[in-house]
Amino acid sequence: MNLIVISLITLGVIGCISAVVLYLAAQKFKVEEDPRIDEVEAVLPGANCGGCGKPGCRNFAEACVKADSLDNLLCPVGGSPTMAKVGEILGLAAVESEPMIAVVRCNGTCEHRPKTSHYDGARSCQIMHNLYAGETGCMYGCLGCGDCVAVCKFDAIHMNPETGLPEVDEDKCTACGACVKACPKNIIELRKKGPKGRRIFVSCVNKDKGGVARKACAVACIGCSKCEKECAFDAITITNNLAYIDYDKCRLCRKCVVVCPTNAIHEINFPARKPLTESQTAEVKPTETLNA
Amino acid sequence: MKNLIISPAPHAHNNDTVQKTMLNVLIALVPAYLVSLYFFGLGALIVSLTAVISCVLFEYLIQRFLLKGKNSIVDLSSVVTGLLLAFNLPSNLPLWMIIIGALVAIGIGKMSFGGLGNNPFNPALVGRVFLLISFPVEMTAWPRPMNNWNIFSSYIDAETAATPLAMLKGHFGELPNTMDLLLGNMGGSLGEVSAIALIIGGLYLIIRKVISWHIPVSILGTVAIFTAILHAANPELYASADIHLLTGGLMLGAIFMATDYATSPMNGKAQLFYGIGIGFITVIIRTFGAYPEGVSFAILIMNGVTPLLNHYIKPKRFGEKVKAQKVTK
Amino acid sequence: MKTFRIGGIHPTDHKLSANIPIETVALPKQAIVPLSQHIGAPAQPIVEKGDHVKVGQVIAAANGFVSVNVHAPISGVVTKIDTALDAWGLPMPSIFIDAEEDGDEWLETIDRTPDLNRIYKLTGKEIIKKIQDAGIVGLGGACFPTHVKLSPPPGSKVEVLIINAVECEPYLTCDHQLMLERGEEIFIGISLLMRALEIEHAIVGIENNKKDAIELFQKIANRHFGIEICPLKLRYPQGGEKQLIDATIGRQVPSGALPIAVGAVVQNVATVYAVYEAVQKNKPLIDRVMTVTGESVTRRGNYLVRFGTPLADVIAQAGGIPENTGKIIAGGPMMGRAMSNVNMPAHKRTSGILIMTEAESVRREPVNCMRCGKCVEACPMGLEPFLLVRQAEMRLWDDMEQNAIMDCIECGCCLYSCPSNRPLLDYVRMGKATVGGIIRTRATQK
Repeated sequence: MNLIVISLITLGVIGCISAVVLYLAAQKFKVEEDPRIDEVEAVLPGANCGGCGKPGCRNFAEACVKADSLDNLLCPVGGSPTMAKVGEILGLAAVESEPMIAVVRCNGTCEHRPKTSHYDGARSCQIMHNLYAGETGCMYGCLGCGDCVAVCKFDAIHMNPETGLPEVDEDKCTACGACVKACPKNIIELRKKGPKGRRIFVSCVNKDKGGVARKACAVACIGCSKCEKECAFDAITITNNLAYIDYDKCRLCRKCVVVCPTNAIHEINFPARKPLTESQTAEVKPTETLNA
Repeated sequence: MKNLIISPAPHAHNNDTVQKTMLNVLIALVPAYLVSLYFFGLGALIVSLTAVISCVLFEYLIQRFLLKGKNSIVDLSSVVTGLLLAFNLPSNLPLWMIIIGALVAIGIGKMSFGGLGNNPFNPALVGRVFLLISFPVEMTAWPRPMNNWNIFSSYIDAETAATPLAMLKGHFGELPNTMDLLLGNMGGSLGEVSAIALIIGGLYLIIRKVISWHIPVSILGTVAIFTAILHAANPELYASADIHLLTGGLMLGAIFMATDYATSPMNGKAQLFYGIGIGFITVIIRTFGAYPEGVSFAILIMNGVTPLLNHYIKPKRFGEKVKAQKVTK
Repeated sequence: MKTFRIGGIHPTDHKLSANIPIETVALPKQAIVPLSQHIGAPAQPIVEKGDHVKVGQVIAAANGFVSVNVHAPISGVVTKIDTALDAWGLPMPSIFIDAEEDGDEWLETIDRTPDLNRIYKLTGKEIIKKIQDAGIVGLGGACFPTHVKLSPPPGSKVEVLIINAVECEPYLTCDHQLMLERGEEIFIGISLLMRALEIEHAIVGIENNKKDAIELFQKIANRHFGIEICPLKLRYPQGGEKQLIDATIGRQVPSGALPIAVGAVVQNVATVYAVYEAVQKNKPLIDRVMTVTGESVTRRGNYLVRFGTPLADVIAQAGGIPENTGKIIAGGPMMGRAMSNVNMPAHKRTSGILIMTEAESVRREPVNCMRCGKCVEACPMGLEPFLLVRQAEMRLWDDMEQNAIMDCIECGCCLYSCPSNRPLLDYVRMGKATVGGIIRTRATQK
């Protein structure tokens, strides 16, 4: 009996003393923080993907609260709706931004782009890139080891075992840009998602002269500039034997897709075409919407 | 011509594999195993076979149905775990207990962390300590080594005997002489009794460069020095260094259990600290603790310290604090 | 016997082509001469399309101090200055020369007689100038311009010249054979380098699997003042600059420092021979001895190859590419680079061609790391490869820098000794490249 009473008293006293010490410590070492940081953090996606350039969502929230304007701050994952909420909390105007998506600009599948050597090192694009140009004759194209897949925090990009190329899952991709940074060949680009997800892009980054590029890969951009001439909106430019479509200027007329002799220009999420004129039929092959 | 193969340098390999390493450990265990077969007869055979088969089986099943990974039993590491577990058991332990021990060793000690190389604690010791705590009576009833051969009675109704360490703890009985200690003619676990056989195995491992000398030497050295000091201080109370070195699981622990790759530090310097820690804790438990034997606990405790040792004790880097020598003409 | 103190491995040395006399490879019809055959800025072409050049003529001039001249390896007409693809599919700017007649018309100033020229009256400065003009780089593999190494920064003092005659790479025998056939010339070259550095002490480090070379050099050394032969225990990577200094004079170069910090300058034995030819014979660096070897190669041996000769021609002279070839490596098996084609021309960097059969070339499947610590034991720089690999996989570049990733010499000992066959060096090398880039950007920002 006595023992129990003594134990109770001792433990009780220890407990009380600890409580007082903890309370005092909490008061003494309390960090004053802007309560808005918590509020901003609450509206952020909370994926800590680093797409905004900050290490995590908390750091982004701090940056937003500190900043005078939200001009240079964008959460690519949440996009405009999230930034609007952030702006509301802070009383700042949020910049409108269109939703983006990661686009893989290589269509060099195993049949289009024959292998000229066999890589037997560690499965990492970066390692392979540091070692040599790649398994095929194209030194610009996808290496296929999946560094982009490894860095994706949203499970939005996967290797297609048949083509050996990564494919972006439109519903899951948040345009955080992790894969863009991870790709040593700079194949992946963030482009505007477009109305109804419709977009047109050159699925090639080969800067070689036409003949060289064509020899290495059947669907390479050969820099023939047919698309440039066809485009009525000046959206297409050719630099270093490579066509590039400016997504801000492109009006999605799809004319360039038809004229491309190597099917290097891809259109995505468009409805099926009307029957084509005879001259066009020969050039259009069903591989166009391969990446859809 | 076919496509050439490209890989980063180096293009040569010494052809060492995990399997070969484990095979070397098994070869090193053979002398001790033969001694245990000689002393404990059929019991040793039954216990070791049960332990090995159940360890391999559990690893296969877990890998196949729970982890759904590549079959890993070909690397022989589960055979080594099974044999080491058996070496730590008395030779008359009921079969179902051995199977439970194997399940704990492989299931909890190894595969739950992701298989070979990821386990923080030595799987065989996890199994052994689990059994020791769960079934203390069965685990400390050591059969007496048979001086006259009768293999068939040895498993079922073996005579039991206390280990020399238990005798020391309880201050009873007459200790075996040094020759018996060396050869293993005393009560104890299956594989721990013969110091000579274990040392032969250890030398084999060091010569084949499977293990380095650091861990065994530092453990045995620490135990020898520490117990010698205690003995010198009070010979009545504390046994001499040779008895401590040659009894219990010290030799087995120092040579085969503490040197387990995954759970010991990665560089020589850290390994020395690790060994000293094990030696020190072993002697503390043996002389001042409640258990007569402490090697298993000491190794498990130091297994827990291994990540810290790896982090704080780095190998000597090239160009670091080297005494400058004069150019010799 | 001496050796270095940390790590190292004992690979089987496979010196299949040892003691095979040096054979000259036929001149090519067209020579492709890359402008960048050295570390540093690429040379600037000083010839134009249509120009006629003679053997030994400067066709591209050094661009800055850390750069060297490039000379015409054959005589003929310059057809174009364009990029050619190297053996790794990457572009290299080159000068294309088509041979005229036999393509072997030399500049008159070059002494082509085989006579030994022992007399030299040049001062140190003049010797260094001649070396620079002759386009000499370290032929051990790094291709660092030799004249830069011979011009120590002010305030540092050179005490000893160390000649790297170790050839610790398995298979390669070109330096060994050169030592046997051109011993006297090499000693004159060493004397020239000693004068250039204004020192009186040189050490030649030779591994003791080359007993005949040690014997021969010891005999010649008796007639030369200040040159000492140091036989070394067989151990890889003894030919690494830092390891060789540790092995011969017992000093360790601190992390991030150059050998000059411990008063040593290291030169490869083939470089020394090139120095002899440049200073005493006026002959610029336009050819080198390279080993063509491999279990399946029929005419393996040591070949004197003019730069610009396609490697395919060299292999053809050695019996062609065998049917069961898996890998063709430029250099040795430990540090050489596997090539994806053999159209690349030979240049200053190619010390050998190793042809491996398919069975030899495939890596075994990697399994879990079992934390055995063999890589730590093998690392000659005292690093922890297992840890660096984990950090590289997790992209923890700062942690890698703290763990001295930049000390890695990429010798391959870790991967060689890994029982789990993990691609350790692949990740370490990738980490080193990334961390090196981060350090350089940090330096430029400051």
